[in-house]
Amino acid sequence: MSGASTKLAPMPLRVLSSTRETADSMTLVLERPPGGSVGPGAPGQFNMLYPFGIGEAAISLSSDTADRFVHTIRGVGAVSDALGRLRPGDTLGVRGPFGNGWPMERARGRTLVLVAGGIGLAPLRPVIHAVLRDRSAYGKLFVFYGARSPRERLYVGELERWQAGGAMDLSVTVDFGDANWAGRVGFVTALLGHAQFDPAETLLMTCGPEVMMRAVANQMIGRGVAPGDVYVSLERNMKCAAGLCGHCQFGSIFICKDGPVFTYDRVEHLLRVREI
Amino acid sequence: MKSMADLIREHPFLAGLSDEYCELVAGCAKNVVFEPGSYIIREGQPAGQFHLLREGQVSLEVYAPRRGSIVLQTLGANDILGASWIVPPYRWTSDARAVERVRAFAFDATCLRGKCEADPALGYALMKRFVPIILQRVTAARMQSLDLYGASV
Repeated sequence: MSGASTKLAPMPLRVLSSTRETADSMTLVLERPPGGSVGPGAPGQFNMLYPFGIGEAAISLSSDTADRFVHTIRGVGAVSDALGRLRPGDTLGVRGPFGNGWPMERARGRTLVLVAGGIGLAPLRPVIHAVLRDRSAYGKLFVFYGARSPRERLYVGELERWQAGGAMDLSVTVDFGDANWAGRVGFVTALLGHAQFDPAETLLMTCGPEVMMRAVANQMIGRGVAPGDVYVSLERNMKCAAGLCGHCQFGSIFICKDGPVFTYDRVEHLLRVREI
Repeated sequence: MKSMADLIREHPFLAGLSDEYCELVAGCAKNVVFEPGSYIIREGQPAGQFHLLREGQVSLEVYAPRRGSIVLQTLGANDILGASWIVPPYRWTSDARAVERVRAFAFDATCLRGKCEADPALGYALMKRFVPIILQRVTAARMQSLDLYGASV
């Protein structure tokens, strides 16, 4: 990350492509800032995206490609809806990348269990890309993905390639099946039960609704994974994204500056406080 | 050739069960196979057995008028199928259909209940295996019902 200007002043960047993932989700590929002034971004980091005149939203990087920014956005409000309407050639403001990202260095040599729910697959996708690019540096890779329904799965083509590729143990489940769905139905925690891994060697990364992450963390800790090896990605309303304004303050921590990725032992007590 | 006791001992559900108890429950067990599309259990029918799944996917379903069969949950290898055999009136509360070719151990419910009644330590050993799974499934079903990925939760 370079100087303060790129942290607080949006860079105008062009949209190179927009791909519809589901009825309410899009993946935007953005050009990189010129001149190498901004780092490529690490898995788990996020950018502040600004459709001009609407507002900013914190959106995770959903690929670790070095030559462009890739973001998958679910339309849940005015800003994300506006981002979803952007088309190739349009320009938007971008600040970032921000945040600490997933613990890729600690992950080396370990068994990785990734558990994603809904749009939570997007921030974990760069982890999968990074592991696949340097496969021998990591141990076994388990990916458990829960979606609302078959039609609401992200990256369907890529999921099929991952499933066929043999480089990971990928399991997908949906909460609500349909007549054409022959895969698993049930909450994502139901997939974890029979995965064979050594808890002492395992590092968990999970991203999705907080309720889901708590359930996943508790189940994995119950199987013997150390709370310090359980990583969650938290989300709160962010404004400055640089630890200045306090909008995303969560107890004594700032999600934007100290996170968004935390070990479970660091935030578990805060997740139980209803007022924050 | 492996005995039934040897085979069932390898199923994760019975991991750690003593040799003596494995022999005892093996007396209630047999190997079964279900072809894709066939029903393993039907809602409302007597819960005369329970299954330890070895291979293949099973869907738990309920039938709703005008909607047809609705899949509540799927199960796979190493899962258990059915808990209604433990609780009176011993009737299934959903359908279970083989999605793929399913291989399983089927345990006769009357036989197993009789052995648990006669030896409460065996009953307790089995309940200690059933209860965490049932609790996990209840928790998962609650999460599923929240429709977490559809809402901003």
